[in-house]
Amino acid sequence: MSATVGHVVVVGASAAGVTVADTLRDEGHDGRITLIGAEPERPYDRPPLSKDVLAGTREPAATALRTHTHYEDRGIELRTGRTVVSADPTAREVQLDTGETLRYDVLVAATGVGPRRLPLGLPHGQRRPHRLAGVHVLRTLHDLAAFRTDMLTAHRVVVVGSGLLGMEVAATCRGLDVGVTVVSRGPAPLHGQFGATVGGKVAALHVEHGVDLRSGVGVADLTEARGRVTGVTLTDRSTVAADVVLVAVGSDPHTGWLADPMRGLDTADGLGCDAYCRAAPGIFAAGDVARWHHPALGAPVRVEHRMNATEQGICVARNILGAAQPYAPVPYAWTDHYDARIQTYGFMGPRHQFAVVEGSLTERRFVVVYGMHGRVTGALAWRYPKGLRRARELVAQTAPWAEIHNRRRTSAAMSTTTAATTTTSLHSRGVLR
Amino acid sequence: MHIVVDTDRCVGGGQCVMAAPEIFDQNDDDGTVVLLRADPPPDASAAVREAARLCPALAITLVEEEQ
Ligand SMILES: Cc1cc2nc3c(=O)[nH]c(=O)nc-3n(C[C@H](O)[C@H](O)[C@H](O)COP(=O)(O)OP(=O)(O)OC[C@H]3O[C@@H](n4cnc5c(N)ncnc54)[C@H](O)[C@@H]3O)c2cc1C
Ligand code: SF4
Repeated sequence: MSATVGHVVVVGASAAGVTVADTLRDEGHDGRITLIGAEPERPYDRPPLSKDVLAGTREPAATALRTHTHYEDRGIELRTGRTVVSADPTAREVQLDTGETLRYDVLVAATGVGPRRLPLGLPHGQRRPHRLAGVHVLRTLHDLAAFRTDMLTAHRVVVVGSGLLGMEVAATCRGLDVGVTVVSRGPAPLHGQFGATVGGKVAALHVEHGVDLRSGVGVADLTEARGRVTGVTLTDRSTVAADVVLVAVGSDPHTGWLADPMRGLDTADGLGCDAYCRAAPGIFAAGDVARWHHPALGAPVRVEHRMNATEQGICVARNILGAAQPYAPVPYAWTDHYDARIQTYGFMGPRHQFAVVEGSLTERRFVVVYGMHGRVTGALAWRYPKGLRRARELVAQTAPWAEIHNRRRTSAAMSTTTAATTTTSLHSRGVLR
Repeated sequence: MHIVVDTDRCVGGGQCVMAAPEIFDQNDDDGTVVLLRADPPPDASAAVREAARLCPALAITLVEEEQ
């Protein structure tokens, strides 16, 4: 089999890239595999960086994705601290920052995403916001070390952005008794991810834990003294004094090395792929950087979650080996805030239909499902993992929306308390507001 | 093959349970993995390997016995 595969070059040595390399080896490819990563560290896991590693309860070294000898043991040529600067699909070559050229038979883009920065044109002074001491982003171990050192001695951290990363960092900082202000452009934290109702629950949870939450405003400017940030000015003209600012306003896919119109690749938002995660003959993509045609949804999607990096990495490796397997996952993700773990399957957002199917919103232990065009598209559990597994079925089958009523009748028969708390909770978002 | 799970790392998504339901379960409380059989029968080893590979928290370690 591997005689036809040849040399596989994987660009990006993180969750997706490592999974591609491992799965190729495990499933029969005995040819050459080169795994190239821009970061100096051996591949490591990112989710702990906003959780226990930031809290100080897990060592940064404990985030390693594999043991030290793993790559050598499997004959995977790991090259860390090396950046691929461009690719030539016609010659089947990639160029490294060392000036070296590497020939490939199959190329895998697993380059992930990088944090978006505050707009450079902020009105304040000549200093660009990210050059000020005390202004941070959080994506890498390097970012973590810098942010954590500053944060531990801070009186107040301003988190700009109320997505998953920003809110997890807010929770972890509060756990360390550091003052936190969150600046949220939307009406509530995680509103764009989970909609108004769950967003409202997230807001309440954080406010209870002492987060100063400013919703519906943006950052107009940063204030500084002698090159160090001293606070932020918001679009409503209010100011917040802060010694540290974490910018968590989303991310952009790392496709610069592929983005040459001459190469004919679609890099509008990540690397565009077909249902087999193939961007062009001999070129595949996996993980945060991959935008592929989801066969069950009939639409292009790009997923920035840890589980997808693994699942898509497995699928890409199998397709390189000839499996011809369309990639149609039910994406799983989780996020931790204080004692609450929120877990999701599938797709959801503020414009989706919404219904509670188990538990109760007021008790903060529930499962909700989301729908679009009369079909179930996603499920979310708040401190209710077993319930989520039951709801996953509805998502996996893209069940008709009407079926959740049957579901609720069944659970009512099993548990009257559950039924009592859920009967009134079927709303679309329009009804709720 | 011997399985070791690290419940501190587990994020409770249940991918292991879906891959190998005879070997892994989750507790009702927070979904943390429960190992049903630390020494799975040989015919389950492919499913167990898939579970370990899928685990997004690197909570499942497989110790392969010397042949
Ligand atoms: C702080 C934090 C917390 C998170 N928490 C969660 C969570 O709770 N749940 C969840 O589901 N997901 C979470 N995520 C998201 C999850 O970590 C990502 O989905 C996952 O890391 C994606 O893996 P990847 O391999 O696709 O990309 P990445 O992990 O982004 O890795 C890409 C790698 O490619 C390298 N690279 C880029 N360009 C080049 C180049 N030209 N040449 C060589 N190398 C290059 C990069 O340096 C990087 O090392 C979190 C992310 C962060 C940052
Ligand atoms: S797959 Fe891993 S993280 Fe998920 S429940 Fe199983 S052991 Fe825990």
